[in-house]
Amino acid sequence: MPIARDDVAHLARLSRLALGEEELDHLAAQLDVIIAAVAKVQEVAAEGIPATSHAVRLVNVFRDDVLWECLSADVVLSQAPAVEQQRFRVPRILAED
Amino acid sequence: MDGELTGMTAAALAAAISAGEVSAAEVTDAHLARIEEVEPRVRAFLHVAAGQARAAARAVDQRRAAGGDLGPLAGVPLALKDVFTTVDMPTTCGSAILDGWCPPYDATITRRLRDAGVVILGKTNMDEFAMGSSTENSAFGPSHNPWDLGRVPGGSSGGSAAAVAAYEAPLGIGTDTGGSIRQPAAVCGVVGAKPTYGGSSRYGVVAFASSLDTPGPLARTVLDAALLHEVMSGHDPCDSTSVNAPVPPVVAAARQADVSGMTIGVVPELAGEGCQPGVLARFSETVELLESLGAKVTEVSCPHFSYALPAYYLIAPSEVSSNLARFDAMRYGLRVGDDGTRSAEEVMALTRAQGFGAEAKRRIMLGTYALSSGYYDAYYGKAQQVRTLIIRDFEAAFERVDVLVSPTTPTTAFPLGERVDDPMAMYLADLYTIPSDLAGNAAMSVPCGLAPEDGLPVGFQVMAPALGDDRMYRVAAAVEAALDARRGFPLLNEARGLA
Repeated sequence: MPIARDDVAHLARLSRLALGEEELDHLAAQLDVIIAAVAKVQEVAAEGIPATSHAVRLVNVFRDDVLWECLSADVVLSQAPAVEQQRFRVPRILAED
Repeated sequence: MDGELTGMTAAALAAAISAGEVSAAEVTDAHLARIEEVEPRVRAFLHVAAGQARAAARAVDQRRAAGGDLGPLAGVPLALKDVFTTVDMPTTCGSAILDGWCPPYDATITRRLRDAGVVILGKTNMDEFAMGSSTENSAFGPSHNPWDLGRVPGGSSGGSAAAVAAYEAPLGIGTDTGGSIRQPAAVCGVVGAKPTYGGSSRYGVVAFASSLDTPGPLARTVLDAALLHEVMSGHDPCDSTSVNAPVPPVVAAARQADVSGMTIGVVPELAGEGCQPGVLARFSETVELLESLGAKVTEVSCPHFSYALPAYYLIAPSEVSSNLARFDAMRYGLRVGDDGTRSAEEVMALTRAQGFGAEAKRRIMLGTYALSSGYYDAYYGKAQQVRTLIIRDFEAAFERVDVLVSPTTPTTAFPLGERVDDPMAMYLADLYTIPSDLAGNAAMSVPCGLAPEDGLPVGFQVMAPALGDDRMYRVAAAVEAALDARRGFPLLNEARGLA
């Protein structure tokens, strides 16, 4: 099933990528080829086969509840794009209306 | 003296420094001079940290002068992939979105290198966020293969592989998610090992696909790779997927270099259609060589390996779409379009569109697709089942043989630009390396000669079960010793790109 141009635009929105029309066209063609290729996994008879999400069969890992030093606010904020009153300053997060 | 120092192995350098025959400072200066000489052509590094390297070398010399204990790699220079955080050098992951970022903490592996007295010369180029097989996806331009500057050094750890092959450093560190250590090692004619998943810490390694990412060593000899493997590995409480088990005895295995009594399995699914004839020829000769050295060779079919590539290109992008969501323009990295009128979400989307390169965008969108409701079961869910079947193929194989072998990559180094806008062609470079990543097993590449049609290096891949890393070093060291003896000099002497 080929991927529609509208679906690619929707994927870009979900992915928080503000792509131009030309870039969307280019990506749509490439994604179509890639999705057709990876769909090959559907040929495999896998009924009743459990899924593997991780190569190491891990149980939950705990550590002792001990205090250690964490990074200072100055160090953490030193790489922020914008800082105000020792906090990350971000663009508005609520709509006007 | 400078040329002699840069030509030495890590093991020999460490011994000479420890014996006081040469200072760590001299060794570092020699490598910095070599970097200055060849970097304009190779472009292996994104950042050379000459001052920090000299200071680290001086500290080793002072420790020695004070009678302190030097570790097995103290004073040896190393090229570190730019995906490991370093407090005193920028960390960009080859991405414009992290251009100029100075991390607030060291990766566990960075810390272990410093503690071991290893001298970090700088940070090496890579495909953006380790996604690619050529370094052409780096926002800062590609690196060049020291065998032929018009060809790729492989990727994503292509900068580290090129630095080691160009004698800019005897040691390099990369990360392997689908082949990103072994494939560049193969096409640059050096040794590269992917340890067992969880055997080397991911703390402070900027995440690509968390269930696959594995840091590992690159070097010009199998023993050097093993020495670095031991120094960088071991349990890390800061990484919840770190394996709490002793590091496999890889140095002893590399010194043993003996395959007599071992059973070696050739995987027919990993040496068929699409494999360059010269690659196949060198591979087959190496298998015969192992037989002549006393190994028993048998064919072992792994029927689901043919589905490893499609499964990987669903699993890895799915994890990418989640992991790269952290680049949101809010707390660190690039922020564009914040003019007071735009919302946080608009700024985020503009920043990501400008800051990520083409391959990162493709994979984020592919992963978003594979995880969306309605497609999840048919794509991501199915790929996870295929992953189980690949693990079972390995388990069945390792009941019959000690290691599996194949060519590392289907072709030798390809020309720069050839595959950059053809993602599927690029993905095929990892065809033979991906199965071990999906299973979390150990695997490595060792040079096995030059392809007759183009005179470029061919890699021989040895795959071992999880925590059986020492087995692959035994085999790789035996191959290296036999081929060096037959040739009479190291393979890299034939590299002409910088001649």
